[in-house]
Amino acid sequence: MSILVIAEHDNSSLKQATLNVVAAAKAIGGDIDVLVAGENVGAVAEAAAKAEGVNKVLVADNAAYGHFLAENLSELVAEVGKGYSHILTSAGTTGKDFMPRVAALLDVAQVSDIIRVESEDTFVRPIYAGNAIATVKANDSIKVVTVRPTGFDPVAAEGGSASASVEQLDVVKDAGLSSFVGEEKAQSDRPDLASAGIVISGGRGMQNGDNFKMLEQVADLMGAAVGASRAAVDAGFVPNDMQVGQTGKIVAPQLYVAVGISGAIQHLAGMSDSKVIVAINKDEEAPIFQVADYGLVADLFEAVPQLEEELKKVL
Amino acid sequence: MKVLVAVKRVIDYNVKVRVKPDNTGVDLANVKMAMNPFCEIAVEEAVRLKEKGVASEIVVVSIGPKAAQEQIRTALALGADRGIHIETDEEVQSLEAAKLLKAVVEKEEPKLVILGKQSIDSDNNQTGQMLAALTGMGQGTFASEVVVDGDKVNVTREVDGGLMTVALNLPAVVTTDLRLNEPRYASLPNIMKAKKKPLDSVSPADLGVDVAARLSTLKVEAPAARQAGIKVADVAELVDKLKNEAKVI
Repeated sequence: MSILVIAEHDNSSLKQATLNVVAAAKAIGGDIDVLVAGENVGAVAEAAAKAEGVNKVLVADNAAYGHFLAENLSELVAEVGKGYSHILTSAGTTGKDFMPRVAALLDVAQVSDIIRVESEDTFVRPIYAGNAIATVKANDSIKVVTVRPTGFDPVAAEGGSASASVEQLDVVKDAGLSSFVGEEKAQSDRPDLASAGIVISGGRGMQNGDNFKMLEQVADLMGAAVGASRAAVDAGFVPNDMQVGQTGKIVAPQLYVAVGISGAIQHLAGMSDSKVIVAINKDEEAPIFQVADYGLVADLFEAVPQLEEELKKVL
Repeated sequence: MKVLVAVKRVIDYNVKVRVKPDNTGVDLANVKMAMNPFCEIAVEEAVRLKEKGVASEIVVVSIGPKAAQEQIRTALALGADRGIHIETDEEVQSLEAAKLLKAVVEKEEPKLVILGKQSIDSDNNQTGQMLAALTGMGQGTFASEVVVDGDKVNVTREVDGGLMTVALNLPAVVTTDLRLNEPRYASLPNIMKAKKKPLDSVSPADLGVDVAARLSTLKVEAPAARQAGIKVADVAELVDKLKNEAKVI
C-alpha cells in the first residue's frame, strides 16, 4: 500500500494537522508520501520531510496553487494521487473544499472526517453531529479520506529516522474557473483554536462582545485560545471563526473551559472529546454540567475575574 | 438567469437522535423529518436573488423517497418556481447524488447551482464539490456572501481563520454556510399556492445513473457517554483541582 497525504499549510509553515493526518496514514500502514502544493513552499516541504514516518515529499510550487483554489488543487491531486491506494488530508476548510472534487475526478467515494482507522479499507466517523458513530467500509480501489485531526495523536515533527527525499513536480494545473479576490484573516497572537492545548469559550451568558475581553485575559495567562458557542456567534458577540461546535471548529484540547455556555448538542459535538472539561454557569441544570469534569455553579461575572486572580497566584 | 437549488429531506434538527438497538443505523421510524437546515439557506438565497432581479427562475430538486416531495413543496412555498423529484427508496450516497444532479444540470442548464454545505444526517460535506467537479464548474463552498456580477459570481467563504473571497466563472456551484442568510417562513397563502406549482418526478434510471452505494456501513453505535464529574464550591477549589488533580495547568 502507498498513501499520499496532502499537507495543510499556509505557504510558510506546515500546519500541525498534517502531523495528525500522517498519524492516521501510519495507522493504515504502508509507504507515506506527502504532497506540498502551494506557492513558495520550500520551508513547508523541509518541515514535512522531517516528520516521523514520511517516505518522500512531493512539491508542486506554483502560483496556481497559492490560494489553494479547489479547482486547481483537485486536478493536481487527482493526477498525482491516482497511483496511490489512499489519499488523505485534514478535514479543515481547505481539505473539505478540494477533496470531494478529487474523489469525483477519480470516480470514487470519499470517506469524510474519520476519527479512527479499523483496517486499510474500514474507518470510523461521526454522523448526526456526533450523536452516532458509524463504521464504514470503502469499496473503491482508491480510498479518498479526510481526517479529523483531533482523532489522532500527531507524529513527531522531527523524528524521522532519516530526512525524507524532496522531489519537485513539474505539474501545473490551472483550471481557469476561479480566481482569488481577497481574504480577511483574524489577527491574533493566541494559539490556533483547532490545535490549542487549552481553550476557553464563552456563550450567550457573556451578554456582549466586550465581555469576551475577560476571557481573553484569562486565556493569555494560560496560553489558551478563545472560542465561542454558536449562540454567542449568532448573537453577534464574536466572529464565526471562533465558533466551536458541529458547524464550527471541532476541538479536543487538554483543558476546555466553557463559560456561560448551556451545552446544546451542537456545541457538545465540537468539544466533548476534550481531556478535561470545566463548566462555569449560574444555571445548575445546564446540560454542560453533564459532560463537565469540574462544574462551578456561579455568576460568570464574579467567577471569571476570580479565576484570573487565582491563576496569577499559581502560574 | 436560472438557479437550481438542491434540497435534502433529513431528520428534523430538533429531534433527539437514537441509534437502533441492532446497530444498523439511526432510528428514523415515526421521527419528524424536515428540510436540511443548510438547504433552507440555499433556497432562501435563491429567492433573494430572484427578488433582486438577478435570478429569473428557481428550480428545486430533491433526491429521495416519495415523501421528499414535502420538502420540494416547502421550497416552492418559499418562492421556488418548479420542482424536480428524483424518486428512489435506495440510500443515495454523495457521489451518486452528484451524478444525478449533474444529469439535471445538463438538462436545465442553470447559471448557478446552490446547495447546503452538508446534510445534518451523514455530515459528509461532499455533494456540491463533487457536482462542481463532474460538471466542470467552479465552486464557492461555505458561502457567507454571494454577489453575481455579470458573467462571474463573487463568493465570500467561511474558512479556518477568517473569510476568503473567490471569483468564479458562471455557471458555478455555491454551497451555503450558516451565516449566508436567515431563512424566512412560508406564509399560508404561499403554502396553498405551492400545491399548484409544477413538480415533475423522474427515476435514477430515467437519468441513466447507477446509484449503487460505494461505501458500506458496517455498524452504527451510540457515542461513548461522558460521565459528569464533580461540582466545586468556588474558584479557588477549581484552580486547585486543575493544578493538582487533573494536572492540566
